[in-house]
Amino acid sequence: MNDALLYGVAAAILIGLGVFGLIANVAPLRKILAFNIAGSGVFLLAGAVARRGAAAGFSGDPVPQALLITGIVVAFSATALAVALMLRLHAVAGDVTLAETPPASDDT
Amino acid sequence: MSSALDIGLLGLLLGLAAAVIFMRSSFAAVCAFIAYGLLLTLAWLQLRGIDVALTEAAIGGGLTGAMLIGAASRLRRAPAAVPAHPATIGFAALAGAGTAAALAACVLALPDPAPTLAPLVAQNIAATGVNNAITAVLLAFRSMDTLLEAIVLLFALVGVWSMAPDAAWPGRPGLRQNAVPNGIYAYIARLLPPIGLVVAAYIFWVGADAPGGKFQGATIFAAMWLLIISAGLSDVPPVGARWLRVALITGPLTFIAVGLYGIGSAGAFLGLPEVMAKPLIVVIELALLPTLTLILALLIPGPPERALEP
Repeated sequence: MNDALLYGVAAAILIGLGVFGLIANVAPLRKILAFNIAGSGVFLLAGAVARRGAAAGFSGDPVPQALLITGIVVAFSATALAVALMLRLHAVAGDVTLAETPPASDDT
Repeated sequence: MSSALDIGLLGLLLGLAAAVIFMRSSFAAVCAFIAYGLLLTLAWLQLRGIDVALTEAAIGGGLTGAMLIGAASRLRRAPAAVPAHPATIGFAALAGAGTAAALAACVLALPDPAPTLAPLVAQNIAATGVNNAITAVLLAFRSMDTLLEAIVLLFALVGVWSMAPDAAWPGRPGLRQNAVPNGIYAYIARLLPPIGLVVAAYIFWVGADAPGGKFQGATIFAAMWLLIISAGLSDVPPVGARWLRVALITGPLTFIAVGLYGIGSAGAFLGLPEVMAKPLIVVIELALLPTLTLILALLIPGPPERALEP
């Protein structure tokens, strides 16, 4: 197995971990973190594919690499929006959970 | 053959990702995520994506980490969430393992030799006048993506601002910072920005010929501004400020204007006539830099929370 494929397989495991966390964790902050792990796994997978495309004097295919930069910035802006939604939910509801039956909180 | 460095790095990355997912404390999970982001930068270096590594270090690890630390500390007093139902966890484990296995199988089945666009880039890069292939792709070959990205960032900021309570509009974002005026933090916030500004300007300008560019440069500018703000030496501008609104739309509007100029001069929206390619790319980069700096910085403190004093 060459290096790029090793990174590709690790990226697949990262995406799997992210998918697990996205479903299994109830707290929105943990879901945001899990989604970012899955997202970085997708980026790493694309990076491994770009590395395999090394040709014409480039050490990697520059087109997917450039699109990855765009992807990282867009992922950051989406995370910022998700965090703002979560903090607003906290401010309005005094509670942060997406469980269907939230626990009775005593500090409202 | 895979080196020990690659295997160790990927092992650490997977361990940290598992820590982010499974840790009990949210704050510890965020800390693990920041370490994960920094290690990911090394992974990008190993994959020879130096521009991507710079972006990951600045935005993926740095800015995202700062934002999540702030969110986690605000949520510290929130009641702990009830754990998910065992059936949900079982389903999540199946979905996660299935996704990972399917993707790993796809990775191992990738065609050989790998398809690549690198020769096309090598053939056409001379026409753009820039020497860094990444910048050529971002601002000439695939500039539509970059334009839409700038607009997505703007929309994200509009979305974040729209979370403001009515009473706080159009006030200042975030909470007032109360750092000790002559403490060590304020000292660093006075010492570091001049150095940071030089580094940011260099990374921005060198992007035409070497790894770097407007996103990485704008992130460092934004970080220096946030440092000054968080040390209490300056304050976030109110979201209603006229200069701020103008600065936020200048970048995308200039980009669109260059695109429209391309219809007449090169026959396509965002087309660049060959003799003018380099100057037009510089115009787009210079116009986007302040807009990106402001948006990246203002996404961190979040929606307006402090009403303006009358």
